[in-house]
Amino acid sequence: MYKADVLVNFKKGVLDPQAKAISGVLSHLGYDAITDLRVGKHFVFKVDATDRDKAYAIVEEVAKRILSNPVLETYTIELKRDDEG
Amino acid sequence: MDYDDVGLKKEEYDEICRRLKRLPNDVELLLFSAMWSEHCSYKHSKVLIKRYFKANTEENAGIVWISDDIGIAFKVESHNHPSAVEPFQGAATGVGGIIRDIIAMGARPIAILDSLTFGSPKSRKTRYLLEGVVSGISSYGNSIGVPTVGGEVRFDASYENNPLVNVMAVGIVNRSTIRTSRAKGVGNSLILVGSKTGRDGIHGASFASRKLREESFEDRPSVQVGDPFTEKKLIEATLEMCSLPQVIAVQDMGAAGILSSSSEMARKGGMGVDLFLERVPLREKMTPAEIMLSESQERMLFAVEKGKEKEIFECAEKWELDVANIGMLTDTGNMRLFWEGKEVADVPLDVLVDAPSYEKEITSISRSTLSLPIVNEPVNLEEVFLKLLSDPSVSSKKWIYTQYDYMVGTSTVVPPGDADAAIMLVGDGLKGMGVTIDSNGRYCNISPREGAKAVLFEAYANLVASGCRPLGITDGLNFGDPDDDRIYHQFSETIRGIAEGCDILNIPITGGNVSFYNRYEEESILPTPVIGMVGECPDVTRTVKFAFDTEGDKVYVVGEPVRGRVNSGSMYRKCVKGEVGNVFPDVDWYKIKEVFDFMLSCMEKDIFTAVHDVSDGGLAIAVAECCIPAKMGFVWEGEQPNVNILFEEIPGRFVVSIPNSKCKMFERMAHEDEIPFEEIGSVGSTDADFEVFKLPIPMLAKIYENALEEGLDLH
Amino acid sequence: MKVGIVVFPGTNCDRDTFKAFSRLPEVEVEYVWHTFTELFDYDLIVLPGGFSYGDYLRCGALARFSPVMSAVEKYILSKKGYVLGICNGFQILTEAGLLPGALSRNANNRFICEFCDIEIVNYNTPFTRMCEKRVLKLPIAHSDGNYCADASTIYELESEKRVIFRYVENPNGSMNAIAGIMDEEFRILGMMPHPERNCDGVLGNGDGRCVFESIYHELSREVSERDGLR
Repeated sequence: MYKADVLVNFKKGVLDPQAKAISGVLSHLGYDAITDLRVGKHFVFKVDATDRDKAYAIVEEVAKRILSNPVLETYTIELKRDDEG
Repeated sequence: MDYDDVGLKKEEYDEICRRLKRLPNDVELLLFSAMWSEHCSYKHSKVLIKRYFKANTEENAGIVWISDDIGIAFKVESHNHPSAVEPFQGAATGVGGIIRDIIAMGARPIAILDSLTFGSPKSRKTRYLLEGVVSGISSYGNSIGVPTVGGEVRFDASYENNPLVNVMAVGIVNRSTIRTSRAKGVGNSLILVGSKTGRDGIHGASFASRKLREESFEDRPSVQVGDPFTEKKLIEATLEMCSLPQVIAVQDMGAAGILSSSSEMARKGGMGVDLFLERVPLREKMTPAEIMLSESQERMLFAVEKGKEKEIFECAEKWELDVANIGMLTDTGNMRLFWEGKEVADVPLDVLVDAPSYEKEITSISRSTLSLPIVNEPVNLEEVFLKLLSDPSVSSKKWIYTQYDYMVGTSTVVPPGDADAAIMLVGDGLKGMGVTIDSNGRYCNISPREGAKAVLFEAYANLVASGCRPLGITDGLNFGDPDDDRIYHQFSETIRGIAEGCDILNIPITGGNVSFYNRYEEESILPTPVIGMVGECPDVTRTVKFAFDTEGDKVYVVGEPVRGRVNSGSMYRKCVKGEVGNVFPDVDWYKIKEVFDFMLSCMEKDIFTAVHDVSDGGLAIAVAECCIPAKMGFVWEGEQPNVNILFEEIPGRFVVSIPNSKCKMFERMAHEDEIPFEEIGSVGSTDADFEVFKLPIPMLAKIYENALEEGLDLH
Repeated sequence: MKVGIVVFPGTNCDRDTFKAFSRLPEVEVEYVWHTFTELFDYDLIVLPGGFSYGDYLRCGALARFSPVMSAVEKYILSKKGYVLGICNGFQILTEAGLLPGALSRNANNRFICEFCDIEIVNYNTPFTRMCEKRVLKLPIAHSDGNYCADASTIYELESEKRVIFRYVENPNGSMNAIAGIMDEEFRILGMMPHPERNCDGVLGNGDGRCVFESIYHELSREVSERDGLR
């Protein structure tokens, strides 16, 4: 069993309206130290696979086909062994 | 850089050189690639549209007047290709784009309507696209506070890979705050208001060239992300600015952003323009050409009297929008671009804006006019009826429209699902307007010319059925590849059909939009003109809905009696027979116009308790739709119904209910005006009793209201 | 009587709410921009519906940091007048902690726009005293109207009669079908349904009017008492 963390973000250069509005409020409130805010989606799930490569292949397929739209978004995958079952 | 790198043809490049009397530099070449694209120049459609659509003599195209001071601004625009790739953002930015068209006229947007067409309801792709498109419209439209009050949703396998998303926006404008894009006055400023500019859609509409894409635009999506929050602020800021006298002209930014907006603004006023591109607020580092071509959303351009820019800046800043004075109008007649003090382009605007247009010789397409032999096989009428009632193209669209805020603005008198058109208040009194949007690819595929008229007449009928007098139309023309003779022929025939229809109905075309290349591999969509129409409703308390509400009211059909067979193009032929047929029914459009006029004069006398036009699915479906809302029944009392009577759907017919006390008056008026009509039954209590079958209304209601959700397995 | 209608960037029911109050006689209605810091002039502050700050992050989460919201807090502490939050306004009030609980995603995960039957649970409040019907027909239009709170809060709300409105048929999964609640002092009302959208018979049956008439009478009474004391 593996535990997957998939993070989906807009591609670099694509407008991120939520991040824009949140950044505006942060700056109004004086948090000037914060820059380059992005808002993404975080998916956490378990994958039942016999080895890491197989698990990764499944996660990648799902990330590409369902969790993100490759037209606008990119994804990163983190995969850990999950021994708790 | 070469001309074919940027998607120009050799002849076009030669034409540019000839007109410039020199070779264009790289920046200039990119300007031409965008301005001479189909998207910006309408090069394939311009000639035909000019020839057949009467020139709009009204100073402000896109506006009809409902009183001396109050105008209705309306327009339809397609966002088909982006919606196919990214249905949520594609549809959302489609809404945003057409709303900016409306505010550019100084009008406050008060309604959105959508015409959506998808592939087979059974396919998973259709479900994915529909869910995405609907939530995109919902998310954007609801947020900006413009109610989505009407529309249509259709399904046909030919749209599987080319869904159609045509959005219509309607606004109200006062004669005094009306603005155009005609910019005048040497030295006046061009002020950009809205979002920062990024590299959005740079290879989208303008140059889908292989080489360029590989080099630097690989990661640039052709679909933009909409920001409804910024749009809402932009709406309010723009309308505030339009009330300032120093605002000379306003233009929204669509395809080819700053380039097309500034050049068209200046060209219309017979001016030139100087732009200083380093002043444009940017989201990321960009080159001058990229800045000119960027299609970043939520931006507007204002021409403002020199020296009076301060209030514009204050207004933009109040609404927390980016604002910059990016250039000025000149008397050169040229577009000159400067980048950090250096001139990077200088081209005459007439050369840039007036792209060459094409007209193809229209080959008449031979098609078989022989129709299939009619086999009068016995049909189970009840089965057919239920099949049609539960077809997602026919059934209730409640699952969709309850996701739209159709009430914000407190003007929606008749919401979606209650009548053939939505009715909105337009001022403080009881005066209102009716709005509708319609299409019918099935009819148009049989005969683009007659089919286009059928769509036009359907829209007109929808307004008439709601008690509105139509005032004007806007069209969205969706077709395949115009380089294909068959498609070009369809297009040309459609234009002629709409023009002829408008002549018969005596209604102006105030504007429109063309979308070509709706094809996937070799498969093109059916020719699909979408007609948006607005009408005047003198008193909203007197509008008529389609719900039967009083038991015992007589039910009539007004309009031509049925023919001997269920016509080609009908839902019956498509769903039950599996072949649409190929002979457009013989229709007397002039006679139908008389029926429309008659219906309106009956409305003035408050004769009807319910009115519904007979369309998809024919008479039986129309009657069922009248029964379902108030859960009233119906009893058939005419000659014994057969398949033709129940399911034929020739244009120009209405189902009406009339209280007994007014039947005589109605019949007398119909005789006087020589309008065909037939009494078919009366409003009953619990069942739809068509003599040949009888079904309880609650059961029909359940089927009708759940068919879309169940048919597509929506959640 | 003076009513202030707060406008945040992204608010979109401000004009509708303005219209609803303008129907009442002798009411001065003003828009209050989100940067205002002084509200003591008003007898009633309304946070209208819409999508303040695009409803980005969470509905109401960004608007609660506007300068005007600090002023609203002061206004409430001073017990100067009343506060009405409709839809997005209710969401802002909960995000700001001025009303308990939270409004989460509708149970069906979709935006819902429709007329709902709303039961009046407590008639003895400044916003419901003039209501005569047991059930009002009011529109809802939201994607995050699913009222949630911990069990003790729900118990408190119910036992203190602070649940003012309840859905007859729960459209969004709200706990106890709660559609509107008030604070302990009965000065702040937050509600998801839009009474301002059903004040005109042409747009419905006018059921929303009684909410505005109630607060109008409450304030008129208070104003005349105040004048009487002088």
